[in-house]
Amino acid sequence: MPEIDKALVLKIYQNMVTLQSMDSLFFEAQRQGRFSFYLTSFGEEAITIASAAALSDDDMVYAQYREPGVLMWRGFTLNEFANQCFSNDLDYGKGRQMPIHYGSAKLNYATVSSPIATQLPHAVGAAYAFKMDQKPLCSATYFGDGATSEGDFHGAMNFAAVLEAPVLFICRNNGYAISTPAHEQFKGDGVVCKGQAYGVRSFRVDGNDALAVYATVKAARKMAVEESRPILIEALTYRVGHHSTSDDSGKYRKGDEMHHWKTMRDPVVRLRRWLEGEGWWDSDADQQLRAETRNEVIAAMQRAGPRMKQPLANLFTDVYDTIPSHLRQQEKELRSTVARHRQDYPFDVPL
Amino acid sequence: MGGRRASLPLVSRLCTSVKPRNNWVQKRSFITAKDLVVEEQPSGEEEKRAVTNKLNLFSAVNQALLTVLESDPKSYVFGEDVGFGGVFRCTTGLRDRFGKHRVFNTPLCEQAILGFGIGLASMGNRAIAEIQFADYIFPALDQIVNEAAKYRYRSGNLFNCGGLTVRAPYGAVGHGGHYHSQSPEAFFCHVPGIKVVIPRSPAQAKGLLLASIRDPNPVVFFEPKMLYRMAVEEVPVDDYTLPLSSAEVMRKGSDITLVGWGAQLTLMEQACDEASKEGISCELIDLRTLIPWDKELVEASVNKTGRLLVSHEAPLTGGFGAEIAASITESCFLRLEAPVSRVCGLDTPFPLVFEPFYMPTKNKILDAIKASVKF
Repeated sequence: MPEIDKALVLKIYQNMVTLQSMDSLFFEAQRQGRFSFYLTSFGEEAITIASAAALSDDDMVYAQYREPGVLMWRGFTLNEFANQCFSNDLDYGKGRQMPIHYGSAKLNYATVSSPIATQLPHAVGAAYAFKMDQKPLCSATYFGDGATSEGDFHGAMNFAAVLEAPVLFICRNNGYAISTPAHEQFKGDGVVCKGQAYGVRSFRVDGNDALAVYATVKAARKMAVEESRPILIEALTYRVGHHSTSDDSGKYRKGDEMHHWKTMRDPVVRLRRWLEGEGWWDSDADQQLRAETRNEVIAAMQRAGPRMKQPLANLFTDVYDTIPSHLRQQEKELRSTVARHRQDYPFDVPL
Repeated sequence: MGGRRASLPLVSRLCTSVKPRNNWVQKRSFITAKDLVVEEQPSGEEEKRAVTNKLNLFSAVNQALLTVLESDPKSYVFGEDVGFGGVFRCTTGLRDRFGKHRVFNTPLCEQAILGFGIGLASMGNRAIAEIQFADYIFPALDQIVNEAAKYRYRSGNLFNCGGLTVRAPYGAVGHGGHYHSQSPEAFFCHVPGIKVVIPRSPAQAKGLLLASIRDPNPVVFFEPKMLYRMAVEEVPVDDYTLPLSSAEVMRKGSDITLVGWGAQLTLMEQACDEASKEGISCELIDLRTLIPWDKELVEASVNKTGRLLVSHEAPLTGGFGAEIAASITESCFLRLEAPVSRVCGLDTPFPLVFEPFYMPTKNKILDAIKASVKF
């Protein structure tokens, strides 16, 4: 167990609380129709924040979609999260994707895409590049239990092992892939046993123990970078929230199951109790933190929400590096249609 | 010009030469093999020989890959069996020369080959992936369509995988049957964000492949396997590129425009020769890049001739000929003297013993030319 740095653990805890606040308020905002979609990390805050704390900020991250905690740890602001969810003029993604499909080049976090597990082989290619460039870095890719059934998981694990790429495969085994429970996803002993078949050293960790996650990822990263090899980490956890705002998980799981994990096994509470035990935290500090983060999230939404959306021109840019003539033609035709039938088109997208 | 300058490549005086490093975009007049026939230069067999080599298509591809690997240390060639030279010998000698960390075999998994290539390219490298046969590219279709093609757009240009090039042998080979003969280009032509390039000959292959590798967008490059050994041409030894999204008029004509790509152009040329004996003047165009395609050039040609015939090996329905036909009908309707004609493969899986019946043959093309002219 590495030396525990008080400032570090406090920062981990504070980020976990901020993530919870952001998730609660953004989820509600979607319910109120302020943006179209949202996905929470409830129950999995320890995995993303503690693992991010154990990585180098220059390690390239390839996430699935339930890992905004990694971005938050690295410094993505509440404004930046809100801008993407609102598809406003400040969204780095230029309004092209659904909410929660964040990306940041400066924070080394590849833009999220919806298909499951497609990011795994990307992480292998990036890690190979680090190795060939002789950089002491790794790539880290996150995914859920369901993703391990995809062909891209198999392909990526095998390539990473054969090509000796420094990749951390971090699986959030949270028990569900939307409504499909883990026992309908695989018949073997979860995810950790899959690594051996590929020659990949694998670890299983309690994903709700932030300190255990931190220690595991720290050790795994060292191995990956120093020995140019992939490591698989299965972090056991539980998806407390629904899959997304398009899901009502009461339809496929029992209320007492969710209640149990939410009240008895919450990773944020667990870390809080540990901090309080060390004398590094107390309920006043907690109350204050929660009030502050809540206000900050609300303020971010109030700033991001009323802004204009992305301009129409960005419908056509970035398909290629430059706009080809056939797209210029389509833009021209579209603009004349819009001029004739302005009422058919949203008014918050500037022309 | 007096004297022999042995060290100056001849080709650089016919067209500007590309300096390989960091030169993504090239604006150059294209060359054809015919341009290399020396007209204005002093004699000097040595000079002519120093400029081009007689190469077949797989050797031309090999040259292009060698050029890239040599000039850019952040370039990689990988895929199944590329280490020993590849099943079509396109990668011969490269591993020995550049080492197994730059030219390497991958495990047998097309979706991972693509995914790995996307990751490598997104970190600023030139990732040149080989898919052993175009028939096996389909497991990688998700990575190509949902990831590579959208990588730049979805990230708001924070990221891109422009350094990715995917090469695959395609097309009839005489005995390939269902799974060694396919022309799947139409699947890819429906995907905004990638480019699809198909060369017709060795010199075209080298120049177009170098352009594709250096283009800042992901490119799918189909090589006509029938021509790997069979097509032999004088190929410049120099580093040169041919422009993408630029169709080439192979021969000028006035009665009908023919558009094709890859190996099919050989048959179309023969059909044009025979048609000219009957007094029909054919304009033959090699599309070269299928998306984004050079619509302007084809329109200009059809506005001149009034007739269009498109031919491809891929099945008729939903083939890329349909896109060209619809587009030209829209833009040149009043000029057209006959419906757009498509001479294509049949709407069946590519058959073995029935291949000669399936294929869009020279005579099928010739009959269609005559029908169009007589309409």
